Amino acid sequence: MKQDFKVLGTRPIRPDGLDKVTGKAMFGADKSVTGMLHARVLRSPHAHAEIVSIDTSKAEALAGVKAVITGDDFEDVDNRWTRYTMQNCMAQGRALYDGHAVAAVAAVSKKVAAEALALIEVTYKPLPHVTDVDEAMAPDAPVLHEGVKGRNLGDDVSGNTVGYYSFGHGDPETGFAEADEVIERTFKTAAVHQGYIEPQACLADLGADGRGELWCCTQGHYEVRRICAEILHMDASQLRVTASEIGGGFGGKTTVFIEPVALKLSQKAGRPVKLVMSREEVFRATGPTMSASMDVKIGMAKDGRITGAHARLRYQGGAFPYQMVMLGAMSAFAAYDLEHVQAEGWDVMTNRPKMISYRAPGAPMAVYAVESVVDELCQKLGLDPLDVRIMNAAREGSKSSYGPTFKAIGLVEALEAAKAHPHYSAPLAPNTGRGVSCGFWFNFGGQVSVSMAINADGTVNLIEGNPDIGGSRASISMMAAEALGIEFDRVRTIVGDTASVGFSDVTDGSRVTFAVGIATINAAKAAIKEMCKRAAMIWEIDEESVEWIDGAAHAVGHNAGTLPPMTLAEIAATSGKTGGPIAGHHEGAPDKAGVSFGVHLVDVEVDPETGFTAIKRYTAFQDVGKAIHPAYVEGQIQGGAVQGIGWALNEEYIYGEDGRLQNPGFLDYRIPVASDLPMIEPVIIEVPNPGHPYGVRGCGETAIVPPLAAVSNGVARAIGARLYALPMSPPKILKAL
Amino acid sequence: MRYVVAKDCPEAVALLNANNGARLLAGGTDLLVQLKQGAAKPNILIDIKKIDGFGNIAAEEGGFRIGATVSGAEIGAHIALKAAWPGVVEAVELIGSTQVQGRATMVGNLCNGSPAADSVPAMLAAGAVARVEGPGGARDVPVADLLKGPGRTALGSAELVSSVLLPKRGARAGDAYLRFIPRTEMDIAVASAGVNLELDAGGVVVAARVALGAVAPTAILVPEAAAALVGSRLEASALDACATACEAASNPIDDKRGTAEFRTRIAGVMATRAAKTAYTRAGGSL
Ligand SMILES: Cc1cc2nc3c(=O)[nH]c(=O)nc-3n(C[C@H](O)[C@H](O)[C@H](O)COP(=O)(O)OP(=O)(O)OC[C@H]3O[C@@H](n4cnc5c(N)ncnc54)[C@H](O)[C@@H]3O)c2cc1C
Repeated sequence: MKQDFKVLGTRPIRPDGLDKVTGKAMFGADKSVTGMLHARVLRSPHAHAEIVSIDTSKAEALAGVKAVITGDDFEDVDNRWTRYTMQNCMAQGRALYDGHAVAAVAAVSKKVAAEALALIEVTYKPLPHVTDVDEAMAPDAPVLHEGVKGRNLGDDVSGNTVGYYSFGHGDPETGFAEADEVIERTFKTAAVHQGYIEPQACLADLGADGRGELWCCTQGHYEVRRICAEILHMDASQLRVTASEIGGGFGGKTTVFIEPVALKLSQKAGRPVKLVMSREEVFRATGPTMSASMDVKIGMAKDGRITGAHARLRYQGGAFPYQMVMLGAMSAFAAYDLEHVQAEGWDVMTNRPKMISYRAPGAPMAVYAVESVVDELCQKLGLDPLDVRIMNAAREGSKSSYGPTFKAIGLVEALEAAKAHPHYSAPLAPNTGRGVSCGFWFNFGGQVSVSMAINADGTVNLIEGNPDIGGSRASISMMAAEALGIEFDRVRTIVGDTASVGFSDVTDGSRVTFAVGIATINAAKAAIKEMCKRAAMIWEIDEESVEWIDGAAHAVGHNAGTLPPMTLAEIAATSGKTGGPIAGHHEGAPDKAGVSFGVHLVDVEVDPETGFTAIKRYTAFQDVGKAIHPAYVEGQIQGGAVQGIGWALNEEYIYGEDGRLQNPGFLDYRIPVASDLPMIEPVIIEVPNPGHPYGVRGCGETAIVPPLAAVSNGVARAIGARLYALPMSPPKILKAL
Repeated sequence: MRYVVAKDCPEAVALLNANNGARLLAGGTDLLVQLKQGAAKPNILIDIKKIDGFGNIAAEEGGFRIGATVSGAEIGAHIALKAAWPGVVEAVELIGSTQVQGRATMVGNLCNGSPAADSVPAMLAAGAVARVEGPGGARDVPVADLLKGPGRTALGSAELVSSVLLPKRGARAGDAYLRFIPRTEMDIAVASAGVNLELDAGGVVVAARVALGAVAPTAILVPEAAAALVGSRLEASALDACATACEAASNPIDDKRGTAEFRTRIAGVMATRAAKTAYTRAGGSL
């Protein structure tokens, strides 16, 4: 594997920075076109209700209203997952949660659209609802959709239970019998929001000729195109989707909530339609991550060896079937090399908005429960929590709790770095506890396309198909520069629309630096091959006698030393005469993403009179394989840690008895503010991923996994009592004191 | 909706008098949010920011008169005011963020009528007096008498507050304000307390006022809590009695921001902590 990098590991200024700080960058809501209409969506005030009738006649009669649509305007689709998405965008027959869209209006102004909404008359027949996962799983619960109960499930669970998974090996009971101490606990975690700054927004134009243009804020415009084309019954080629700059996604923008509605309105009105969600709509109707109810049982020998482990995870994922608990069950015990382990999971529907990904979806809550029990065992047996984790840590060759055998991984390195860090031995102030937790994420490869052009002036343009949500344009340019042997600022990378570069999977799974990186390196190889060919042509030697070294073609073999190297710029300058433009492209589906482990240390101070928590010090260690742009990697680690801290302390969707969301805004949905936090110290660990030419693993998600348990373990050690539910808001801590 | 800039106080009062459904606009940091949410639908907005004298902070008989449109940032930057009434100033400065501070007024905070408004318990503790202008002329009303319930004040429909007076007080006096929020800023008080103390030469509390926020339909004065402090040097027993009186006076709601039980307990904690700060500011040593 390549080691001596020239560009990788440096920290160039971000290419999208100037536009973003000067307000020039175009986000979802920033685009307007002539003749554009404004859309608004009418939403259900009920948690669950039959839509008896919708009378839109008064709204349609209002001057300035150009189109009104309801669920009846959407034809059925074959793919059941697409149908769920469509019915989530616009209810058909039943409103399934507070905030579920039931009608939409396009009008000449926002004001007229708002007035028209008030004129739509919906007759609802309220139905029984359920928003809690354990209640939804109970056999007598109101069932959201018939006929979707998971296979192999018995009468002890309701029809809301849409899936069951089990992973592991050995026999946990045998393991518990070998233990000196066995602890079993039940945990609950709240549904949490990704907290992106930018609400979903789009501008849709679907003409009478059947051709469509869609501008939207998304993590994956090819996925948007697929879903919308299916729902609108269009050919994919006829719908061009352009991804705007994105004001945060964190998984929340990997599907659609408004785009099919805007397209349908545009089709009906014959004019472009802009649809921008309000913050309240974002909370009520887009996807948060799952809430969870979990049982974890772990046995430990006196010396700290984990002898057996078992988890039961029940996830609540909102109003439609979904598959996500699987990732929780796979992640739960991934940090440990165990003989006897099993993790089971159930996916459950409730009358809440359909869940969507949030950074390492499914893992943080499962790992929280596991790492809490491990910590309690350490306390009970008087063992050092890092030593215990090092003793039991998964390493190269370990059979993972979810099946595969690990290749080179950096968990032990991260744990040892944590142990050696001054943070771990620093004295603790009064009322302060130090929490430790491991975390894990798979990372992903997926389909990818990259197109690279070598310009006549020796610069390079690169088009990728993945929206840049974490600085990937810089990292991709850096990898292109590294591969070609030129300077970073000679390369400009853009995110192309769906008509300008081949298919690319969604920006998720921490995959972009890994997968687009591989495609970029391969595209560069193709361009290099062509440049070597041109040099050979000019030199009149055979292609095999030319090698690419440090950004230039070199004659090798028996021609070595007879010809001066020919640089990329020199070859590019004459390309018009040597055969035309030089380019490289690559399409593929790299599948050797490397798993990534993290270890977090936190000092939490608890005010014994109020239950107020303050994060006093935080250090996050993470194996990222190779940090292409270390500043971005540090930002990912810090951002993940902060989101996890919010999850641990104050964030939660609060539903009332009536099934309505009580806190649809950032005042009462409390993400941490800057003054709540110390500087999060990131420590990058690089154990190269053998599946990537530069060792990249992907680093975006792992960091949200450890903070939940790290903070909870810190609180437990600060107050001498343990909480088994998140968030640990001050009233709950004060009660536990 | 019409928007009118009132050039003087009589014009503002006349506009209020002539229009049912008029609203005064000071910093707008409450009102604009309400407009956006559709919670307020005034037919006319009367901007009072251009009224002469409304933007002044003036010394008056040993106290300070703060005009209706003085912003939080201006209050925070006023050195003499801050020295005289540090508790009121710290309460005002807690409102919102730097951006909000540039607009938000103390009088707007009062007139908005929120039980959780930060400056109000501090004003109650200070014994602040509002100058109310109406069709019949001006009258002075203790801030305590203006509070009526969530979103409601005792102002008549054609009345406005032109200024608030923080009165003169003795040399060995100090005040403090504390609120509890789950985070460190940008939040609404779950419970809060303003305390104003006067000491004798020996450090004994001779006069006290204790006010609580967010634990009743309006901010409230708690005379029993104040009485518990008078005659003490804030010994533990006095502080305990003060906290107990605060808990007894609290009658909070149970909601997403905090349980009634939690708010009640926190009210006592905030009051005793604020009392200690006020005591040191008054020159006492704990
Ligand atoms: C982001 C944000 C954070 C905030 N944080 C806090 C906080 O931490 N603590 C807190 O207490 N508040 C907070 N607020 C609320 C608000 O900022 C304060 O209540 C502020 O003091 C209101 O002052 P204003 O001048 O902006 O009032 P305006 O919005 O102009 O007026 C408020 C109300 O009072 C009426 N009014 C204004 N002036 C007069 C007058 N002279 N006579 C009679 N009636 C009048 C108005 O008609 C209106 O009904 C926050 C608001 C925002 C937007």
